[in-house]
Amino acid sequence: MEQNWLFIGVFVAIAGVFPLLPIVIARVLAPRKPNHIKLETYECGMETVGDTWVQFKVEYYIYGLVFLIFDIETAFLYPWAVAYDVLPMFAVLEGVLFIMILVGGLFYAWRKGVLEWS
Amino acid sequence: MTGMQGVFLFAAGLILWAAFMMVTRQNLVHAAFYLILALFGVAILFVLLDAGFLAVIQVSVYIGAISIMMIFAVMLTRGDVIEEDPVNKNYGWALLLAALFAFGLIILVGQWPAIASLPGAFDTSRDLAAELGVALFSPEGFVIPSEVASVLLLAALVGSLVVARRQKGK
Amino acid sequence: MSFWSDPIRVANEWLNGLLTDLLPQAWATLIGNVIGVVVVSSFGLILVIFLIWLERKVAARFQDRIGPNRAGPYGLLQTIADIVKLLTKEDSIPEKADKVTFNLAPIVSMIAVLLIWAVIPFAPGWIGTDLNVGVLYIAAVGSFGILSILMAGWASNNKYALLGAFRAVAQLISYEVPMLLTLLVPVLLARSMGMMHIVHDQSLWFIVLAPVAGVIFLVSSIAEVGRTPFDLIEAESEIVAGYHTEYTGMKFGLFFAAEFLHAFTVGVLFAILYLGGWRGPGAEQYPILGMVYLIAKSSIGYFIVMWVRSTLPRIRIDQMLDLNWKVLTPISLALLILTAILDKMFAETALRAPVLLGANVLVVVLSWAIIRVLSRRSRRERKVFKKRPEARAV
Repeated sequence: MEQNWLFIGVFVAIAGVFPLLPIVIARVLAPRKPNHIKLETYECGMETVGDTWVQFKVEYYIYGLVFLIFDIETAFLYPWAVAYDVLPMFAVLEGVLFIMILVGGLFYAWRKGVLEWS
Repeated sequence: MTGMQGVFLFAAGLILWAAFMMVTRQNLVHAAFYLILALFGVAILFVLLDAGFLAVIQVSVYIGAISIMMIFAVMLTRGDVIEEDPVNKNYGWALLLAALFAFGLIILVGQWPAIASLPGAFDTSRDLAAELGVALFSPEGFVIPSEVASVLLLAALVGSLVVARRQKGK
Repeated sequence: MSFWSDPIRVANEWLNGLLTDLLPQAWATLIGNVIGVVVVSSFGLILVIFLIWLERKVAARFQDRIGPNRAGPYGLLQTIADIVKLLTKEDSIPEKADKVTFNLAPIVSMIAVLLIWAVIPFAPGWIGTDLNVGVLYIAAVGSFGILSILMAGWASNNKYALLGAFRAVAQLISYEVPMLLTLLVPVLLARSMGMMHIVHDQSLWFIVLAPVAGVIFLVSSIAEVGRTPFDLIEAESEIVAGYHTEYTGMKFGLFFAAEFLHAFTVGVLFAILYLGGWRGPGAEQYPILGMVYLIAKSSIGYFIVMWVRSTLPRIRIDQMLDLNWKVLTPISLALLILTAILDKMFAETALRAPVLLGANVLVVVLSWAIIRVLSRRSRRERKVFKKRPEARAV
């Protein structure tokens, strides 16, 4: 197991170096003549108005919440799927019940109109 | 020093540094990025403990979902993410208290007899994810708590939707 | 075992022998790993150069054009020329940008895609590392991709970039739900998360046992890549170029390359999880054949991705979210439940394949009927007009 993860660790390091290389090469090769107008924020030629980091629609957050719940649910279900052969029919049905409870949640969100983009 | 210890020290240092940077940043989004770094360090610790399943869950749930939600929340609730000086005025007392707790912990853990011994070699032929599945769902295992966890998740979903929807209606 | 039937193993054994002779064991392992990583990841990076050419050629054919044909034979050197151009382009960082995050984002985006290749089984014995949590590892690595988009959009300090990032993150996290669920179906059928194990278990391809899950996996993967029709995250008519509006030169090139590599990786994952990976006649004896089979099968998924891209128009954000939460997620949940129950009942019998296939057909028919009913009802609700005053000759 450690052998396997050593490979992943080395991979993270080297996968970081590979995209760094072209950026460094570009730094050497590319011209650099920055000026104030060139470095302005590009919003279709219009001058930017106000602050960028303004408040956004709450819908994005709601979808994020639903995703979070399902992400945690699948974290429970993956071990269930791996142990499938060992588990008796009863335990498989327990897993199905586990899913059904969250299907109820999805259904609730749907009926309450949370999943409508307005 | 073995390679394992080196990796552990690296991960521990990374977590502590990232955590420190996180609480001292003025920019809340920067703080969130440092939090992600700290959570990634925790994933490395899980790997060192041979808990590969927990490591990938740590990354996919904490980095992939919870941190993203935090950044969303920061961006949704306040336009100006720059706070004034985040350091609390009473940090002296907090520091003293934290030092006391740390001291107590070190003494307590030091008295534990198994502290100096290395853990026995793990039987790597076992599929730990499968054993976790059996423990969570078999009738002899923790099937009631995991069903309760499902209900808890449902409650969290319903509750958060109710709260978020009230804001949407506003 | 001759060199030509299994070059990787022969090279690996030779290298291992050499390293253990020269160095202490720990260093030998480390350097062996480094070489393995360099081989796997540079394979991905060289592949992307070829893929960009291929995709431009295929897209051109779809549009009745010839495509790149000037640089080199059949325009094969076009991508090299593009890389040289990108390398010599001025790299501008906007004044208002958050510099460190801005520069880090394209690197993270490339890492996120490259890391998937660590667990891809190319042929029997040819795999970066056969993690026992391989499938979940792929899902976990994907979250770095989401992170990189959020970093890029936020750090650019540009309203369009941030809007694009928000759209992108909403899309990616939404489609991750059906993707996680349809990744779970092969795991359930193979009873393992290890990629090699999943391939070994497919004496009958999983596309036969779970065709609907395969299709949903492909659709949600296209959304994860952000390809047309799911490219509203970089809709040029609305938000300039989305999260990479402010990126120029090689940093834009990295986002671009990551997207192309991701699109092909989708094809590879589809081949491994549903089309039997490297399996094929003679693959066990001659692993190099397995590689050929894998690439051939991956091309199927990749071609579908390109085909969809050239055929469908861009969808709106509400359609994108509706498709995910009201169609794909419920169907994949229903499939998962049915597969779990039926596979337990018919596990060792000859009926397993027909029953599972029948369940898939049933799910498709039922959901089609439900969608018909629901859409007809909503259409009826919409059709309530007030009667117009009639024009009459007085």
